[in-house]
Amino acid sequence: MTGSKHGWTDRQVDQIIGNLLRIGVTASALVVLTGGVAFLIFHPGATENLRVFSGEPAELRNVPAIIKGSLALHSVQIIQVGLLLLIITPVARVIFSVAVFALQRDRTYVVVTLIVLSLLLYSILGGRV
Amino acid sequence: MSSLEFCLWTGLGSVAAGLLGSLTGLGGGVVIVPLLTLVMGVDLHYAIGASLVSVIATSSGAAAAYVKEGFSNIRIGMFLEMATTMGALFGAGLVAVVPATAVAVIFGLVLIYSAWVSKDSGSTASDSSPDPLAARLGMDGSYPGIEGPVTYNVHAIPTGFSLMFVAGTLSGLLGIGSGAVKVLAMDRAMHVPFKVSTTTSNFMIGVTAAASAGVYLHRGYIDPLVSMPVMLGVLFGSVVGARILMNTRTKSLRQIFRLILLVLGMEMLYNAARGSF
Repeated sequence: MTGSKHGWTDRQVDQIIGNLLRIGVTASALVVLTGGVAFLIFHPGATENLRVFSGEPAELRNVPAIIKGSLALHSVQIIQVGLLLLIITPVARVIFSVAVFALQRDRTYVVVTLIVLSLLLYSILGGRV
Repeated sequence: MSSLEFCLWTGLGSVAAGLLGSLTGLGGGVVIVPLLTLVMGVDLHYAIGASLVSVIATSSGAAAAYVKEGFSNIRIGMFLEMATTMGALFGAGLVAVVPATAVAVIFGLVLIYSAWVSKDSGSTASDSSPDPLAARLGMDGSYPGIEGPVTYNVHAIPTGFSLMFVAGTLSGLLGIGSGAVKVLAMDRAMHVPFKVSTTTSNFMIGVTAAASAGVYLHRGYIDPLVSMPVMLGVLFGSVVGARILMNTRTKSLRQIFRLILLVLGMEMLYNAARGSF
């Protein structure tokens, strides 16, 4: 598949997707780093028992609580926001692909991509499996 | 161990994993879980969560470079992502019911399998007869070769699709990219050329891992303090690796990495047998 009469060529789409992924990963790494440095400055000696699984508390598990905590500048939640950014980077790519296939009037792939997107959103927005 | 020490050691180990993974082209994600559980003594669930996060980071980071080379096939990738994301959700759901020891055993077997499958294999003979389903789905394509574009036809879509579901399940269950299974499905079953299948597989890994990561996050398996040094370390290692050796896949390094995979796999099985998970 080299091109299409409608919208962008596949090659241009590749380039845009590449940039999209790079921006997402860079932004997320910077946020995680900021939160991590802040945590280590304020709690360098903190010990946590990671050998035993206890599950993260609610404020580190659901999206609104993570964002709320990071706005209050809690270092641990800032890290979590960075991780959330990373998790949604591939989702942004899929959303972008829906638009591209729609512009190319490729109905089959619009449907295919929407299925992938809904599975992703189901997972991230907290669907129970 | 204080959090500073933990971050330092885990970060260093993750840099090494990312570096080796990108230099050998085998991906570093698969060694993160054994590193965290066997060396750092982290709980298996937290280890899998952190590994999943690092897999998204390296996949997205590497895809940015790959897609620009024009090798990956977005249509094949997107179509098969239906299977991998469904598998990932299924796998992530299994984590809650499958005992940790069983997960560790499966992990050990997958490590040993990855060591086995990653030996340099000749490319499968390409089949030039078109497949009607692939043609209807617009999957046939071309990639830049030495003497101009090389065209290829895709085959056995139902088989590839089923294998991708398995790859997705393993990814969700073990927090790995399952690149080895994905390449197997595309390379061997669907006759996608090696260059296209590796890049397309890498492309799909991020989406697959994101599907399970959502479930992991809500379950409380993603610990920020474990994930932070792992994600940053693996990402840093893989970026450096890609810079210093663009496309140079040293054979001896691959052998070393395969040996590491084999040892870690047996170590996982041994520890599972002793009941340490």
